[in-house]
Amino acid sequence: MKKVLILFAHPRFEQSRTNKALIQNIQDMEGVTFHDLYERYPDFHIDIPYEKNLLAQHEVIVWHHPFYWYSCPPLMKQWIDLVLEYGWAYGPQGNALAGKQCLQIITTGGSAKVYCSEGRNLYSINEFLRPFEQTARLCQMEYLSPFAVMGTHRLSQEDLEKFAWQYRQVIDYLQEGKSLQSLKDCVFQTDIPELSNLSKS
Amino acid sequence: MTGTILFQAIVFLAGAVVCVPIAKRFGLSAVLGYLLAGILIGPFLLGFVGEEGEDILHFAEFGVVMMLFLIGLEIEPRNFWNMRKTIVGMGGLQVAATMGLSFLMFALMGFGWKVALAISMAVALSSTAIVLQTLKEKGLMNTTAGAASFSVLLFQDIIVIFMLGALPLLSVAGHSAESDDHHGGINLLEGLPLGLQTLVIISSVALVVLAGRYLFVPMLRLVARTGVRELLIASALLIVLAISLLMELAGLSPALGAFLGGVVLATSEFKHELESTLEPFKDLLLGLFFMAVGASINFVVVGENPLMISGLVVGIILLKALVLFIVGAVFNMKLDQRLLMTVSLAQIGEFAFVLFSFAFQLEILGRAVTDMMLVVTAISMTLTPILAILNERLVLPRFGTKESVERPMDEVEKSSKVILVGFGHFGNTVGRFLRAFGVEPTVLDFDSNRVDFLRKMGFKVFYGDASRMDLLESAGIAEADILITTIGNPGVTANLVKRVREKYPHVKLMVRAQNRYDAYELLNIGVENVYRESLDTSVKLASDVLSEMGFRKYTLHRQAQQFIRSDEESLRRLASQPRNEEAYIFKARQEIAAQEKLLEEDRRRGLLEDDHSWDSEQMRMAKR
Repeated sequence: MKKVLILFAHPRFEQSRTNKALIQNIQDMEGVTFHDLYERYPDFHIDIPYEKNLLAQHEVIVWHHPFYWYSCPPLMKQWIDLVLEYGWAYGPQGNALAGKQCLQIITTGGSAKVYCSEGRNLYSINEFLRPFEQTARLCQMEYLSPFAVMGTHRLSQEDLEKFAWQYRQVIDYLQEGKSLQSLKDCVFQTDIPELSNLSKS
Repeated sequence: MTGTILFQAIVFLAGAVVCVPIAKRFGLSAVLGYLLAGILIGPFLLGFVGEEGEDILHFAEFGVVMMLFLIGLEIEPRNFWNMRKTIVGMGGLQVAATMGLSFLMFALMGFGWKVALAISMAVALSSTAIVLQTLKEKGLMNTTAGAASFSVLLFQDIIVIFMLGALPLLSVAGHSAESDDHHGGINLLEGLPLGLQTLVIISSVALVVLAGRYLFVPMLRLVARTGVRELLIASALLIVLAISLLMELAGLSPALGAFLGGVVLATSEFKHELESTLEPFKDLLLGLFFMAVGASINFVVVGENPLMISGLVVGIILLKALVLFIVGAVFNMKLDQRLLMTVSLAQIGEFAFVLFSFAFQLEILGRAVTDMMLVVTAISMTLTPILAILNERLVLPRFGTKESVERPMDEVEKSSKVILVGFGHFGNTVGRFLRAFGVEPTVLDFDSNRVDFLRKMGFKVFYGDASRMDLLESAGIAEADILITTIGNPGVTANLVKRVREKYPHVKLMVRAQNRYDAYELLNIGVENVYRESLDTSVKLASDVLSEMGFRKYTLHRQAQQFIRSDEESLRRLASQPRNEEAYIFKARQEIAAQEKLLEEDRRRGLLEDDHSWDSEQMRMAKR
C-alpha cells in the first residue's frame, strides 16, 4: 500500500465548511499523513529537514489548498520555495522526489462555469495550475489531474458529503496504486470542456 | 529639653527627614545619612537626645529582628540547608581567627586575660544591621560577597548566644549581676546544668519551626478571612514579637529566632503579605537604630583620649579586615568580591553593645574600658559606609576586576558600534542573538564573576556601574550608534538613559522596561524603542493556552501580533496623558485605574471576531 502525504494549507481553516467536510473523512485514514501546514508553522518558519524527511517517507504527495487569486495560499508557496531545494528536489542529483505521484486538491468559490475561455476567469483551472504542474514535473513527479471542488459558496450539505466521499475514494485508489481514470464521477480537471455545460454558460 | 515622647519622636523623625535625603543627594547610602543624623541630634552636637539614647538603641534593635525575619522570608528552607557549610566554615573561621588575634592584641596592650577575652568576643562580631542594609540598598545581596557576608553574620548571631553564656564564667565577682539588662532572660537558664540548657535551646528552636507551620499559618488564614487589613499588620507584628520573646527567654538571639521564623514562613502563602506589611516597620526601626548608634558616640570619651580611640578603631578595623581577607582567600573568593566582604564586615557590631554592657554588669570590664569600647564600636559602625565608598571608588577600580581589558593588538578590532548594558538573563539573550549575527556588542556589567566569564568567551567587557558616565565613555559611547540597556532596576535605567540623551543625543537607545509604568516613564523621557519584558511572553502564553483549547495557531499568531501592536499603540497614547507622578503613595490605585482603562480599550476594540481575512462566509452571504 502506498503512503500518502497530504500537505494541507488553509490560513482560515476554522471558517471553511467545505474543507472541514473534505478533511473529515481522510484525516485518520491508515497510511495517510495529514500535515496541517498553517497549524504547524503559524510563523512561516518551516522546518526544512523535517519536511524533506516527511516527503522521503511517502510515495504520494497531495497539495490540498483553497484556490486564492488563481494560486495557493502564501504558506504553501513558502513551502515550495523552501523545501523543494536545488540539488535535492531538482537540478543535478536532485532526484529525491523522482517517481512520486503528485495530486493537487483545490477548492474554489467560483463554479466550473467561470473557469473557461468564455467565462469570467477566462482560463481553465488546469491553465491556472500550470506552475504547479511544471513544479512537479521539474521534480520528476507524476502530476495527476487536479481534483477541484468548485462553487463552494453554493454547495449543499449533500454536495459536500458527496465530494468528501469522492476525496476518500481518490485517496483509496492512490494507496492501492489504481489508476484514477476509472473514477468517472469525480471532479478531475481536464482541459476537455463539458459540452453540456458550455452551451449553457 | 528632651522630656516628652512626642518631642523625641519629632527629633528623630526630623533628623531622618533632613539628613537621609542629603546623604542620598551626594550619592551616599541611607545608612550613613541616619548615622550622621544621630550624631547631629545626639548629646554632643545639638543635644536633643540625651542619655535615653541607649534605651532607644534597645528598642530600635527590633528593627534588626524584623530585618532578619524578612530575610528569612526570602530564603527557602532548602536553600538555607544548602548554606550550612558556608555558614559554619566561613563564620567559624572568621570568629575564631578574629577572637584569637584581638585577644593577643589586647593582652599585649596590657589588659588582663579575662578583659582581653571579653573584648575580643565582642570585636569578633560584625553589624548585621549595617551590613545587610547596605548590601540590600546596593543590590549586592545576591553576589558572592553578599552571600558570604550573610553566612558569616548568621554564624555570629548563633555564636553570640554562647558568648553571652560564657561571659558570667569570666566574672571576677563570680556572680551574675542583678540585671536590668533587656537580655535579662539569660538569667532564666543560668542555674540549669549545661545539658538542660542545650535541651531548652533546641526545643525552643523546634517550637519556632512547629509554631511557624501549625500555629502562625492557620492564624494568618483566620485573620485573612476576616478581611480586616490592620489585623494582618497586628498579627505580623505579633509573630515577630512572640518569637523574640521566646528566644530571649531561652537565651537565644531574638534576631536568630526571627530569621528561623522567617525561613519557616517562606513557603507559606502569606510570604508577600508579611513582607509588605513589615517592610515599613523594619525600615523605620532600622533608621531609628542607626540614629541611636550615631547618638551614642560619646565625644567626651573621644575628647579625653583621642589617640587611643582612633588607634583602636583603626587597629580593630585593620585586624578584622585582615582576617576577613584571608577567610575570603581560603574560600576561593575572587579578589574584588573578597574586598567587598572585607570592607563590609570590618566593623564591630551591635551585639558588642550588649556584650560590653553585660560584661560591665558582671564587673569584668571597668567603666572606662566599657565606655571606650562602646565608642570604638559606634565609630567603627559609622565608618563602615564611608569605607565602602572608598573601596568602591578607589580600591576596586584598581585591584578588583579591571574595568576594561586591553585586547591583544593582533585581534581585528571590529569597531563595536553597539553597547550592551547588563548581561543578566535578559541581556544575555540579547547578546547571544547579536553575536549569532556576528555583531559583537561591547558589554557593561557589574557582576565581576560574570565579567570574567564573558571575557573568557571573547566579549569585550567593561566592569562597573553603568550609570557612571566615565565608564560609558571609556566603553566608547561617543562613537557608538546604539546603546542597549537591559538593567532590571527601572530607577537606574531611567537615570542612565536621561544622562546619555543629554550628553550623546546621537546614540540610539533601545531600552528594556519591566512593565507599562516604566515604559511610560521612558517614553516620556523621549526614548522611542522601549521593550516591555511583560508583553510578548505573556501574549505568547495566552495564545498557547488558546491553541490548547482548539483555536487555530495561525489565527492566534496573527491576532497575537495585532494585540501586541494595539497594546503598543495604547501604551504610547496613555504615556502622553498627564499623570501625577509625585503621588507615589497612590501608585497602586493609579495602576488599577490604568488597568481599567486598558480593559475598557480592549472592550471598545471588540472581540477578535471582525477579522474578515480569508472569510468565505461573506462572499457566500453576498451571493444569496
